[in-house]
Amino acid sequence: MTTDIATTRTITYRQALNETLRAELEHDEKVFLIGEEIGVFEGSYKITAGLLEAFGPDRVLDAPIAEEGFVGAALGAAMLGMRPVVEIMTINFSLIAIDQIVNHAAKMRSMFAGQVSIPLVIRMPGGGGQQLAATHSQNLEVWYAHIPGLKVVAPSTPADAKALLTAAIRDDDPVIFLENLSLYSAKGEVPDGEQIAEIGKAAVVKPGTDLTIVSYSRGTTTALEVARQLEAEGLSIEVVDLRSLRPLDRDTICASVQKTGHAVVFEDDWLSYGIGAEISATIGEGVFDFLDAPVRRVAAAEVPLPYAKSLERAALPSSADLARVVREVLNLAPVSSASIDN
Amino acid sequence: MAAKARIRPNPVEAPGDEPGSEPNAPLRGYYERMSLVRAFELRASEMYARARIGGYCHLNLGEEATVVGLMAAVEARDYLFTGYRDHGYALLRGLSPERVMAELFGKVTGVSGGRGGSMHLFDTETRLFGGYGIVGGQIPPATGAALALKYREAAGPDAAAVLCLLGDGTTNIGAFHESLNLAGLWKLPIVYVIVNNGLGMGTTVEKASAEPELYKRAASYRMPGLRVDGDDVLAVRDAARSALKQARESRQPVLLEVMCYRLRGHSVVDPARYRSADDTAIAQQSDPVPSFRAELIASGVLSEADAAAIDESADARVSEAVTFAEESPEPDPTDLFAYVYATAVANAPSALPGEPVMDAL
Repeated sequence: MTTDIATTRTITYRQALNETLRAELEHDEKVFLIGEEIGVFEGSYKITAGLLEAFGPDRVLDAPIAEEGFVGAALGAAMLGMRPVVEIMTINFSLIAIDQIVNHAAKMRSMFAGQVSIPLVIRMPGGGGQQLAATHSQNLEVWYAHIPGLKVVAPSTPADAKALLTAAIRDDDPVIFLENLSLYSAKGEVPDGEQIAEIGKAAVVKPGTDLTIVSYSRGTTTALEVARQLEAEGLSIEVVDLRSLRPLDRDTICASVQKTGHAVVFEDDWLSYGIGAEISATIGEGVFDFLDAPVRRVAAAEVPLPYAKSLERAALPSSADLARVVREVLNLAPVSSASIDN
Repeated sequence: MAAKARIRPNPVEAPGDEPGSEPNAPLRGYYERMSLVRAFELRASEMYARARIGGYCHLNLGEEATVVGLMAAVEARDYLFTGYRDHGYALLRGLSPERVMAELFGKVTGVSGGRGGSMHLFDTETRLFGGYGIVGGQIPPATGAALALKYREAAGPDAAAVLCLLGDGTTNIGAFHESLNLAGLWKLPIVYVIVNNGLGMGTTVEKASAEPELYKRAASYRMPGLRVDGDDVLAVRDAARSALKQARESRQPVLLEVMCYRLRGHSVVDPARYRSADDTAIAQQSDPVPSFRAELIASGVLSEADAAAIDESADARVSEAVTFAEESPEPDPTDLFAYVYATAVANAPSALPGEPVMDAL
């Protein structure tokens, strides 16, 4: 990551995204934003607030409800050298555009032997826990992480939101930029000046020696919270934030588990065939001899997410679930549920 | 399928010039191109049967007048997007028969380096922006290309436009309607051409579309819709030229429906048993290549000997293409991952089947 100025400010993830979009619109006139309700309405989650006013309707283009149409249109504009940044209101609606993303954006460069590049960013939030029920609460990132030709990034902090979004917009390939509904208001220190992250690299966001928690996006914030709770009990937990789901930084994951000998994956998606399955296989292949216990996964219950708060809470992976599984992997006695704040 | 009369042009469309009013040189050129497409497609069919070509292979046989007319209308500065029945368009866009045939053969000298095959011909230089194998997959990107053109240049006679070709079956997918709506809404410089050969694989237009007069769908998007006889090369050329003029000069998107016949099955392997004897007979009677040839001989543009020489020359040209394709090398497997990403990225996968994803620590 490049840092030209050392000063930082504490801002929200939302503000980091907004400022970065503004900076990139200023930086390169080929950048334009397209999506539903991003202009006059300023975005369903207000990520694009003020940008229509600042840059006008050619640069901040309100699209009708037609995900396949406007995602594909952004792709076509990218083929001619524009650098579109698409907002899809939530990842759930990206399924309507999946033909353009998976069958087209991901394929074109390879299929046409490098004659065309697709500098396209598709931003979209995933995440449950807002009582939005089954169709509006999914974590489908693994669908995209599975596809060669795409890059998939998932920042967990405002600083990474800025640095990864800048990197994504300046990248010449299609990048799925995964946001999370529950992170938009999260605050963090963000360095001023131009910040460009390296896509494809994970980060050890908290060092430790007893066990590795691997996570991404919202999960990383929960993992850090649990790691700090357990630190009070004398456990040293390392947290690896994936940051990039495709490509996957297997070396950083394995180097961590080589050191700790224990690993838990904390993920918001469903368990079977999920991100954790890939991480577990990686650890098995890379550092089998260093493992002192089987890798465990803490993932969402495999059910269409219900609306009722009690059921929603039961289905989603929580900090208490993670703390419990960490203790199990380390073969420690369980603690009473009252002692860990969910 | 009904008789040919059913699909004759709607009166809204201006008729093309009669051959008599055209200078001879372009007419001769059009026949040369029709003959080249015909020869190329017949040879592609033969090469497929001889297992030189794999995968799917869709031919322009019977659509030559449409292909030549459209390609005579489109300018070098325009961008062309097509479906998977794309060989003729690539040839007339100026790609050499050698490179097109080599792509069909899966050779590294092919237009897409052997990575796309028959359905995915692409050439940046001539602005052939694909060849798309998924029905209608090209429509949203073509619309976005027009959006980029609108963004970067003013309308006018020298402006570029997009020509987006699609089949009749494609008009029922969502992306068609979403894209035409965007083009109408945003006033994009694009002409959508429905190459209506009456059949989406084996399903007739009447069985697939509640409004089988497909050009009428333009009304929903406040764009002109018109229908033209696809067996009439001049009518196709003039209608496409006029539509492109509206797109480039007035930012008015247009929907043009071109009525033609598919002489063979959906793809090379399809014997088309679902077609009635009548329908097949009509398709053969309407075959634009011998018709145009006869017309030009009758009007004195060509002599019988000229026409025969053109056909022989086309055939020889295609023979050279086959030789080139046969002698070209296959892509090197060590280049398997060469084009996955434009911007190099850390940890990009490069394992072949069975290779470890990483070295064990």
